[in-house]
Amino acid sequence: MTASTATVAVRSGLADVRTKLSDRIGEPALRVVSGLAGLLAVALIIWIVYTILHDAHLAISKFGVGFIGSQVWNPNANNGVGSFGALPFIYGTLVSSFIALLIATPTAIAIAIYLTELAPQVVRRPVAILVELLAAIPSVILGLWGILILGPFLGNHLEPFLKSFLGWIPLFSGTPSPYGMLNAALILTIMTVPIVTAISREVFETTPGELKEGAYALGATRWEMVRMVILPVGRPGVVGAVILGLGRAFGEAIAVTQVIGNATQIKASLFAPAGTLAAQIANEYQSANPGLGQSALIYLAGILLVISIIVNVIARLYVRRVRVR
Amino acid sequence: MESSAAGAPHALLTAGPDARRRKAVNRFMEVVSTAAAVVAVAVLALVVISVVIKAAPAINLKFITSNPQVSPFGVNTGGIANSIVGSLILIGLATAMAVPVGIAIYTTEFAGSRVSTTIRFALDILNGVPTIVTGVFVFGILVLGARQSGWAGAIALAIVELPIVARSAQEVLELVPNSLREAGLALGLRRWRIVLRIVLPTAVGGLITGSVLGVARVAGETAPLLLTSSVFSNLGVTTNPSQAMPNIPITIFTLSESAAPQDHAQAWAASLVLILFVLLLSVTARTFHERSRRRLRG
Repeated sequence: MTASTATVAVRSGLADVRTKLSDRIGEPALRVVSGLAGLLAVALIIWIVYTILHDAHLAISKFGVGFIGSQVWNPNANNGVGSFGALPFIYGTLVSSFIALLIATPTAIAIAIYLTELAPQVVRRPVAILVELLAAIPSVILGLWGILILGPFLGNHLEPFLKSFLGWIPLFSGTPSPYGMLNAALILTIMTVPIVTAISREVFETTPGELKEGAYALGATRWEMVRMVILPVGRPGVVGAVILGLGRAFGEAIAVTQVIGNATQIKASLFAPAGTLAAQIANEYQSANPGLGQSALIYLAGILLVISIIVNVIARLYVRRVRVR
Repeated sequence: MESSAAGAPHALLTAGPDARRRKAVNRFMEVVSTAAAVVAVAVLALVVISVVIKAAPAINLKFITSNPQVSPFGVNTGGIANSIVGSLILIGLATAMAVPVGIAIYTTEFAGSRVSTTIRFALDILNGVPTIVTGVFVFGILVLGARQSGWAGAIALAIVELPIVARSAQEVLELVPNSLREAGLALGLRRWRIVLRIVLPTAVGGLITGSVLGVARVAGETAPLLLTSSVFSNLGVTTNPSQAMPNIPITIFTLSESAAPQDHAQAWAASLVLILFVLLLSVTARTFHERSRRRLRG
């Protein structure tokens, strides 16, 4: 195909040299079109940040920075004006994502090692595709699965089991329930494993062959080679991948709101219902009163936006550092 | 290990005192890695199989071809035809907006490296914006003070789709051999002709599959639609994008929040329709994408 396209291009190109007028229009036209498209991408970011801050203005001017530290979320307080604070949702966002990455990171690294070092050549691509398809499952379906299948299993089996053995730890105390922090964390784990795996695999594949062979030549076992060569060499990339996964977990609204129980509370127990920034927006946007209530939700969106921009910038810097090398 | 290597060469040739332990650790870590991969694939299978089994009682031709009918008891006994039509229109509009812009960005073969680095950075940030925030943004500029509409939903989806399409377009266009561009330049072609007649036609396969991957990604997006196209006044098919349009993700979300088991059966059936659509698109696009990339690499 490549060759024939080139031939056609060459032939038509010779004819085109003569038509100078179209060049005079076409050249700047394409320049303008692609310039505008590029500008749009940059402008969109600024526009999003501006709009969110603008629409959150009412809540920002009323609660200020204290919004972040306040635990109250009561739309009916002060005769229906409402009193709002973000702390329970920030806590829920951090804890659910942290647990998710705590489970997802070693799992994803292990899968990436399997795919780059262990798996027979024939199964490498199919397994890699299957793991990435996990990321293609729409979050609303994962949430439905979380409500109707994972939730009952957690509430009836896993949580009572954890409680009977580890109940003395505050994390595993409290009443087992199908909805709550643990369910959300597990759903987020399923969503982040494919992301971390895909990037880690890419990073591990770029490990210089002579370093690996060097380790083998010194008598290292396969695991020793992985531990002393692949993991240290790929570390910045894996860190970047984990931070990217974190960004994804922070921002997931739908699946989390389906399974977390949507409660405004800070509880040590992982079994207890909780809320996250993103989930709270998805859960309450419809019932929020058009004034302060809506503005407070948009304030939550603003906090989420700032966090995710910071997280993504850091992650990209890490991942890029590896790619450049 | 290092000391033995430096000290006595023959120590390497005979098994060291801890060879058995090292081998056992190696074996253990191999098993752990393999198990992790098995678990990941098993979870995918578990989710897909649950959807298929749970959807079985409710899925049939009528479910796909008829509109929702609410029985006197408030239970939906109809299908999701209106959501399927709505979803197709929303995705179509979003793709029609995102794909040309996404490809146009990477025809910036004119741009200097600083400009293209800035644009790439902006796209990365845009890709990292949580989709619910994208929903809030479009809600702020189009819905607030007006009402939900198919246009608002499609624009929200387009913003989600744009960085994905642009990213894959960039990848593919960078694979187009420079020798082709140089051949054009040598013949005295202006750049715009090289882009339109050589670079884009050479990369068209990869551009299409990249776009299909973008479609697969936004087909299941719920959060951007929640604030922009989720409240419907009628149960029929809506083809006018100036009204809120029913769509499959929102339908699944609403049904999943219900307490009625019949609604759950419907949610599973709708999920099956969506998951088949998304997985089919992803698998075919991925297969073709790989093929066209390989062909470009030569």
